[in-house]
Amino acid sequence: MAAPLCVEVEFGGGAELLFDGVKKHQVTLPEQEGPWDIRNLLVWIKKNLLKERPELFIQGESVRPGILVLINDADWELLGELDYQLQDQDSILFISTLHGG
Amino acid sequence: MCQAGEDYAVSAQRETLPVPRPGREQKCVKCAEGLPVVVIRAGDAFCRDCFKAFYVHKFRAMLGKNRLIFPGEKVLLAWSGGPSSSSMVWQVLEGLSQDSAKRLRFVPGVIYVDEGAACGQSLQDRVKTLAEVKLILQNTGFPWHVVALEEVFSLPPSVLCSASQEPAGTEEAYKTAVDSFLQQQHALGSEGCASPAQGEDQSHPSHSQEPLGMAGFPTAAQTEALSRLFSSIKTLTAKEELLQTLRTHLIVHVARTHGYCKVMTGESCTRLAIKLMTNLALGRGAFLAWDTGFSDERHGDVVLVRPMRDHTLKEVAFYNHLFGVPSVFTPAIDTKAPEKASIHRLMEAFILRLQTLFPSTVSTVYRTSEKLVKAPREGCASGPSSPSCLLCMCALDIDTTDSATAFGAQSSSHLSQMLPAEAGIPTTPCCGSGEGQAQSCHRGVGRRGDAQACVIEQLCYGCRVNMKDLPSLDPLPPYVLAEAQLRSQRAWVSKEIQEYLITDDDEEEEEESRAIKQEGENTGIGL
Repeated sequence: MAAPLCVEVEFGGGAELLFDGVKKHQVTLPEQEGPWDIRNLLVWIKKNLLKERPELFIQGESVRPGILVLINDADWELLGELDYQLQDQDSILFISTLHGG
Repeated sequence: MCQAGEDYAVSAQRETLPVPRPGREQKCVKCAEGLPVVVIRAGDAFCRDCFKAFYVHKFRAMLGKNRLIFPGEKVLLAWSGGPSSSSMVWQVLEGLSQDSAKRLRFVPGVIYVDEGAACGQSLQDRVKTLAEVKLILQNTGFPWHVVALEEVFSLPPSVLCSASQEPAGTEEAYKTAVDSFLQQQHALGSEGCASPAQGEDQSHPSHSQEPLGMAGFPTAAQTEALSRLFSSIKTLTAKEELLQTLRTHLIVHVARTHGYCKVMTGESCTRLAIKLMTNLALGRGAFLAWDTGFSDERHGDVVLVRPMRDHTLKEVAFYNHLFGVPSVFTPAIDTKAPEKASIHRLMEAFILRLQTLFPSTVSTVYRTSEKLVKAPREGCASGPSSPSCLLCMCALDIDTTDSATAFGAQSSSHLSQMLPAEAGIPTTPCCGSGEGQAQSCHRGVGRRGDAQACVIEQLCYGCRVNMKDLPSLDPLPPYVLAEAQLRSQRAWVSKEIQEYLITDDDEEEEEESRAIKQEGENTGIGL
């Protein structure tokens, strides 16, 4: 059982184009059975925030290769990637490295 | 071998990777006390300060190792607004402001090319982006240039000529140059030691638009011409290639006009790995060393340098985020394009996907590219006399007897076979002699087929393949067509007078005849 969570989801590097150009989103994740982790968050983002071209952001269960995920300014690889359990007031940043040079 | 690989990939997907993943409990691998924030390569966790030191060190080491940039040289930084080039500009900015022992010693300028017209951006969007761009450029304090891609329509044909090159400095030359520069600095004293960049900034307070005959924003006609060119191209692959070519020509031209002898581009390790594989697919395998190496001297006097080639995109993105490097996002020609839209996109997806399963992919490709050697083609005369491709300026690699590359040659000879029938009318611009014969009369300028064949036969294999996607070469900027015609005419004239030219074999006879002539002159008797 997970209480509703307030997290800040941010997009950068061009990823914001898929979200109507909006970079920062304050989201309140609803209550649900299991704990909220990045895996569930991605599903939620795909359903609720993503405006177009889901294949450019999500691939399978995870993000598309080339998109970096930072959780509270730290690499998600250090925190368990998809299995990291979200906490209240966390800040998740998705940076697309595929754009520009 | 393949089986083992498959098993590994499958087991990797089923459970976590066999390599123990670094967790937050671990300490930074370098200083062993900081809290790690980023994972580099396959499992090295760095803390914020060690990461910064590592990143900056890589940049300096790349410049220092190659010893191509001499102190006091003018270097143009090609900034696209994207993360890698922004990071590069930031590194240069920081590098110039350090204490004198470690300070970078060249004089930078920055150029931004506005490609909005080629990408289909509206005028308002372009103006908005330019405002952001100018703000960032002004904050750097370097002399800056903003040029619109439309200015390719006013480039002179000389931009396609590889100007004569100064011999590359040797190790000793580099060391002496650095020593004498340092001595000069000492002699000037601490006041005079103000960074040369600042001095130049004072003399060019706001160095804006290019004096290429453009007062302000490009004219609607030129924007129209550029959009027409890009919309006539059938495939995204060819568009991207042409865009790169035109952009390079423009940057090289600006560098030449303002006295910059080096241009730094911000291609990262990941981008270069992708570029290497893409160029193989495009038929540019012969030129990989120039396209992906540290330095690219194909333009002669202006050398393209890639100092970011050791940094992966992940490192760049992390650095920019952690240390607040300003960048401007502009949609490019392939934004939101599906994966199979072009060879570039496909290769990018392939390499990045492979990278997630095998984290050493990019570095392996990069290390391979480091081993590529720029060797002149066997059997061909090296140096300025050997023909070079009209667009990419690499040595022409078409061999008409070689069946693999001959397809391009065939299509042009096909066209030339059609022409003699129509060549009865003597055309004034090409034949000074006024001969109207089919064989000797060079192709007239006005004919579409001629101009096309004229350009195609001056291109290397890769460029020919690209040009196949242009139904007509008319929308190309005039400097390309003019230079193609000039080279054709020169080649024709050269062929005509070949028998009269004195070659090395005739040298002995020539010396004899020269000796006799000298005698004749001395005694006042003609030959």
